[in-house]
Amino acid sequence: MLATVLPVTLVELAFAKGEENFSFAVISDAHIQNVRSGEFVRSWDRGLIRAVAETNLLNPAPDFVVFGGDLAHLGTKAELDHGAQILAALHPKMRFVMGECDYYLDLGEYWSSLFGPAWYSFDHKGVHFVVLNSILTDEQWTHGPWGSDELRMHEMALLDSAHASPFMVGEEQRAWLAADLKGIPRSVPVVVFSHSPLQKIYRGWNFWTEDAEQIQELLKPFDKVDVIYGHVHQIQYNQIGNISFHSVVATAWPLPYPQSYTQAQTYLPKLTVPMNRADPFFERDGTGWQLVNLATGRADIYYNLYNNAPRNVAFNPATGRPEDTTYQAPETRIAPQQHY
Amino acid sequence: MIRLASRLKLRPARAPEIRGRHPGLGLWSMLAIAGFSLAGEPPLGLPPVPVPASNPLSDAKVELGAKLFNEKRFSSTGLVSCSTCHAPDKAFTDSPLQVSAGVHNQDGTRNAPTLANAAYFKRLFWDGRSPDLEDQSRHPLVNPVEMGLRNYDPVLQLVRSDPDYVRMFRDAFAKEPAAVGMTEVKQAIASFERTLVFGDSPFDRWYFGGEQGAMSESAQRGFKVFLEDGRCVSCHTIEEQFALFTDNRFHNIGVGINRIRGELLRLTPELLRAKARGINVDKAVLSDEDTAELGRFALSERFDDLGAFKTPSLRNVAVTPPYMHDGSLGTLRAVVDHYNNGGVTDPTDQVSDYLSGGIRPLHLSEQQIVDLIAFMEALTSPQFAALAPGGSP
Repeated sequence: MLATVLPVTLVELAFAKGEENFSFAVISDAHIQNVRSGEFVRSWDRGLIRAVAETNLLNPAPDFVVFGGDLAHLGTKAELDHGAQILAALHPKMRFVMGECDYYLDLGEYWSSLFGPAWYSFDHKGVHFVVLNSILTDEQWTHGPWGSDELRMHEMALLDSAHASPFMVGEEQRAWLAADLKGIPRSVPVVVFSHSPLQKIYRGWNFWTEDAEQIQELLKPFDKVDVIYGHVHQIQYNQIGNISFHSVVATAWPLPYPQSYTQAQTYLPKLTVPMNRADPFFERDGTGWQLVNLATGRADIYYNLYNNAPRNVAFNPATGRPEDTTYQAPETRIAPQQHY
Repeated sequence: MIRLASRLKLRPARAPEIRGRHPGLGLWSMLAIAGFSLAGEPPLGLPPVPVPASNPLSDAKVELGAKLFNEKRFSSTGLVSCSTCHAPDKAFTDSPLQVSAGVHNQDGTRNAPTLANAAYFKRLFWDGRSPDLEDQSRHPLVNPVEMGLRNYDPVLQLVRSDPDYVRMFRDAFAKEPAAVGMTEVKQAIASFERTLVFGDSPFDRWYFGGEQGAMSESAQRGFKVFLEDGRCVSCHTIEEQFALFTDNRFHNIGVGINRIRGELLRLTPELLRAKARGINVDKAVLSDEDTAELGRFALSERFDDLGAFKTPSLRNVAVTPPYMHDGSLGTLRAVVDHYNNGGVTDPTDQVSDYLSGGIRPLHLSEQQIVDLIAFMEALTSPQFAALAPGGSP
């Protein structure tokens, strides 16, 4: 479990072999937005700049940093270039996940020219890591009569678009994943990164992956599986069978849980510990980045939150699910903010 | 929160001697009266003073605290007391010093904050390393660049042997000399500080008192800037019944941190290793210029506190220059310019990567800036009006 002071203190992790102790950082959902030529939304810039600067101060340094998708807001070259330039200041090696806001303008072409393939796997110190592109959708929608690429991009960028289409990983990647996992011993910890949750939360906002159950099925045989996703701009965690799900927060802005929005009655997974309401003055409140510790082979996540107290979500072996180490018990949850 | 019992009929303490250019005796008695009259209702614009149950106020304690506050024998050189840096005739600061000077004229790293209304702070010191006035009062005594004592023995020796102190501690705490410890010393000083409460400013009379002409039109426009385009009120908060002008939180507003930009990768782990070895943070932040700029991070070790310092009250701000934790900004104009630039003093400087959310370019017009300053000048309590530029002596 991570100490709350972890970011720059010297913490000995307790992996099986001393040399295999490691952590990695996750930064996500920067939504770099080009206002006009050469001018970007300052607030989103500052959020990402701060994540990069703080991550660089981590001591010991994380082995690598994952960017969880939506680097750009509307998928343009200018946005992706500007975001890549800010991220270039990071000292550790980077891994990238594709987000829908990176993708639906040119179907990921420029993004891939900067960051490489959108799905891949790698092994690191005894852990098998998988990156999926979970924000694809069916061909018919993708190549529909949009009139322009910009219009298609705008529909997907809208939170509650009536014309968007559910995200999916798709057959091609599922076949690839099945092949990739073949031969990986069941005892090896598996960590999967995706942009959208590989569990179904709320379709209206695309907090959703259409073929989530099929992906979960492929991950079922493993003893320890963590799925880490962006997209939702808030802290969520859940346990389905052997799989622990963790969201990461955005550097750009926070989103509420859809419960606060749905007008018709909708079934939503219950949110274990809701996030504190963000203070609108502190434009960074409700945003931040995270440090993931795999000391136990399960992801223990330290949420470094700007303008707010950090949170820790760690796997509790006694209950077999991730839990907030501070706010889990209802009587110790954060009280509503009162502020003038 | 305890409202002071109105039965407390406090009389002005014996006026301490104030030397130098400021004869100030009249001012001191006035301050003392103003403070003590608090025993009834708080001044306009302020809530009742919070008093901890463990240290109820009494006139004997306050009188003793005032004497201790001015006690120079509590310093290694016999020349420095609390009032050296928190001088009553300088609105309880050492204005115009940028940073405070302790024994042997050693410079600290922080600008002395006013004690006026310090009673309302939820944490003390610029980085909040002290939870209350009682605890705060013990630190400068043994800080090498402040009062320079090696330990508290000289303090205890004095208060247990000096006949005046023996009598006053007996009155205040009903304790014989041998039983007097630092707890009583701290409680007495804190009690005195809880009487340093100053409201009744032109703003208070206008806003809370409904007195139309109490504040100039420019200041009234400035109040609008303060609430709206200036975004000041988000940290310098006001309430319906009173205004403390602080959120008691800590923010990186781009002061000081920029000076150590290139050093952070070295400084942060160094500090944490030093803390693990057990160094005294109080001494470290006041004796090392670079460490001092880490702000509340030095205590909390949280990135959100990197370069972050406590929001000071704005009351009496016009008479307590220079400004910011390091005293680096000399005028209110310079302060407003810094915020207007989005957290940089020189608009061509690079903004701190760790800047608090909410600090951003304001695009205030020249007129708005002038009005905002007029508003801040209307926050001066009558007891300090003579210190204001153009104030009557």
